[in-house]
Amino acid sequence: MSFDAFAGTDDYIADDGLLASVNAAIALRRPLLVKGEPGTGKTMLARAVAASLNMSLLSWHVKSTTKAVDGQYTYDVVQRLNDSRFGDADVSDIRNYIRLGVMGQAFASDERVVLLIDEIDKADLEFPNDLLRELDEMAFHIPELDETVAAKHRPVVIITSNAEKELPDAFLRRCVFHFISFPERVQMEQIVRVHHPRLDQALMDRALDRFFAFRKTTGLRKPPSTSELVDWLTVLSHAGVDVESVQTGDPFLGVLFKQEQDLVAATAPKRRTLY
Amino acid sequence: MFVELLISARARGLSVGIGEHLTLLEALSKGVATDIDGLYHLGRAIYCRSETEYDAWDLAFAETFQDAKLPPDLRENLVQWLEQAAEREAKAEGDWTHLDREELLKKFLERLAEQKERHDGGNHWIGTKGTSPFGHSGHAKGGMRVGGAGGGRQAMNMALERRWEGYRTDRVLDIRDLQVVLRTLRDLGRVGRVELDLDETIDQTAKNAGDIEIVERRERKNRLDVVLLMDAGGSMAPHARRVEQLFTAASKLDTFKSFASYTFHNCIYRWLYTDDAQRDRMPTHEVLANLKPHTRLVFVGDASMAPYELFSGMSWPGEDALSGIEWLRRFKARCSASVWLNPDPPRLWRHPTVSAIGGIFPMYELTVSGMRDAVKTLRVPV
Repeated sequence: MSFDAFAGTDDYIADDGLLASVNAAIALRRPLLVKGEPGTGKTMLARAVAASLNMSLLSWHVKSTTKAVDGQYTYDVVQRLNDSRFGDADVSDIRNYIRLGVMGQAFASDERVVLLIDEIDKADLEFPNDLLRELDEMAFHIPELDETVAAKHRPVVIITSNAEKELPDAFLRRCVFHFISFPERVQMEQIVRVHHPRLDQALMDRALDRFFAFRKTTGLRKPPSTSELVDWLTVLSHAGVDVESVQTGDPFLGVLFKQEQDLVAATAPKRRTLY
Repeated sequence: MFVELLISARARGLSVGIGEHLTLLEALSKGVATDIDGLYHLGRAIYCRSETEYDAWDLAFAETFQDAKLPPDLRENLVQWLEQAAEREAKAEGDWTHLDREELLKKFLERLAEQKERHDGGNHWIGTKGTSPFGHSGHAKGGMRVGGAGGGRQAMNMALERRWEGYRTDRVLDIRDLQVVLRTLRDLGRVGRVELDLDETIDQTAKNAGDIEIVERRERKNRLDVVLLMDAGGSMAPHARRVEQLFTAASKLDTFKSFASYTFHNCIYRWLYTDDAQRDRMPTHEVLANLKPHTRLVFVGDASMAPYELFSGMSWPGEDALSGIEWLRRFKARCSASVWLNPDPPRLWRHPTVSAIGGIFPMYELTVSGMRDAVKTLRVPV
């Protein structure tokens, strides 16, 4: 391959589809849009890509109030006004009051970096559209300085979405898309092994049995995901719970279910079969 | 070969074009995919924009590379293949309207039990494009549709509804574009809290030679009441959920002062339902009485039904029965601004019930441009 290829890392298990998508994004120099249930490792992917390609990772965590320009730069007018009154600093140079945002830093970096735009769907409806030109040309203009910040090295851009809002078509067209499906049992075991290399196999099997049974329970508001399973196994192994009681006693379910109704829903059908 | 893939993908409803095709070739030339599995994953990453399109991609890929394998379970397989059936111009050959629903259902189950394999065309087996009363995209009158989107539109009932299984949805409307259009429906008036008018304050202060002059004004608030009435039954189910999401999202964006939605099945009769599953219901006359004259009504439905469903009263014996069309006329009389959004393309509007309803409410296609026109109609001050 004629580019730096991503092959997963020791602590991040990626399937073929994900590898192909990441490599396509790197080769095509396009942003990779990753969707999937919470807890399927979307954010972790960026870390793994950065580690695997030996690049540093810059994360831009999008909030509902985030504007596209925030990622480029901020101009601290209030500080400048304040300084002008008290004469503390050199007010004549606007540059002192311009701070690059995460995207700006990624562009200005002397090395190629991985830029993570996390949970892009949290922001306003227009947010992705406002990023189009920047992501296409990997450059933006700062009117206050009349300067253009252009990427020295095109960063590897990874964008995650929880699908809370639909993204604009023009934006989607520019991205390489990947949907991380929930791991199958075999893959799940590999993932858990990464976090718990010395876990007792019998405990692992029982816990996975219960976990996948819970996920099949209908009517859950938030089915437990990978991260909850890993936490649960941590608790189980620390508390020294014996293998049998994982099946019958459902210990520490609060780790798996974060909502009261889910806890009730998950345990209810099982009691019925006991009596 | 890749051009065929593109054509096949477009035929399956993926909105891809020459751009995606070239991107795929570029990625291939860079060596991203080296085998057929790699090609599958790479193509999917470039051709699909949502997991809901993965199914269509699978079909297009299988079709192009001719290794479509059928799963061993016939029943599963049957439904799946019916869902893939192609749309075709309707030409009625078999007429099965003389059978009632129970008879149809019975015959359907009998025939399903007899049937051992996939079947396209023909006039007896459950399959696609034929004139048997059962199956998909058929041209038999009064038959029964099995799964999938209706092509011939003559089916009275849909057995084996599995549209919502998995991730597959059919992208009839792009929620986002429509949301942007809906924003124009806002009717803002300065009726809210008192707030500082910064621009005016600066202006006045400057005119006042720097002596601060505070200017206040009232916050802009929405004054629009919207009631959404959706056909959520049968062939409309896939659309209804999207439309509901659309309007709920719009109301969250503070587009409307108040917003309510109800669903009905086929046409409006005595009851309107307030939940998707059509369990919680309200008498229609009560809903009607609570509507304010300036409330904007938005109906969503394909408006196509058997004529008796619109023109004669549908009720249990002993109940008073207003016909569907009479209920619709009452809604129209109550509120002066109302529109009907139809997810079907206008070429299907020649149907008698569609044109009857179109005579009452201005009808628009449920697309971005249709929506824009509908919003114009609704914006008329009342």
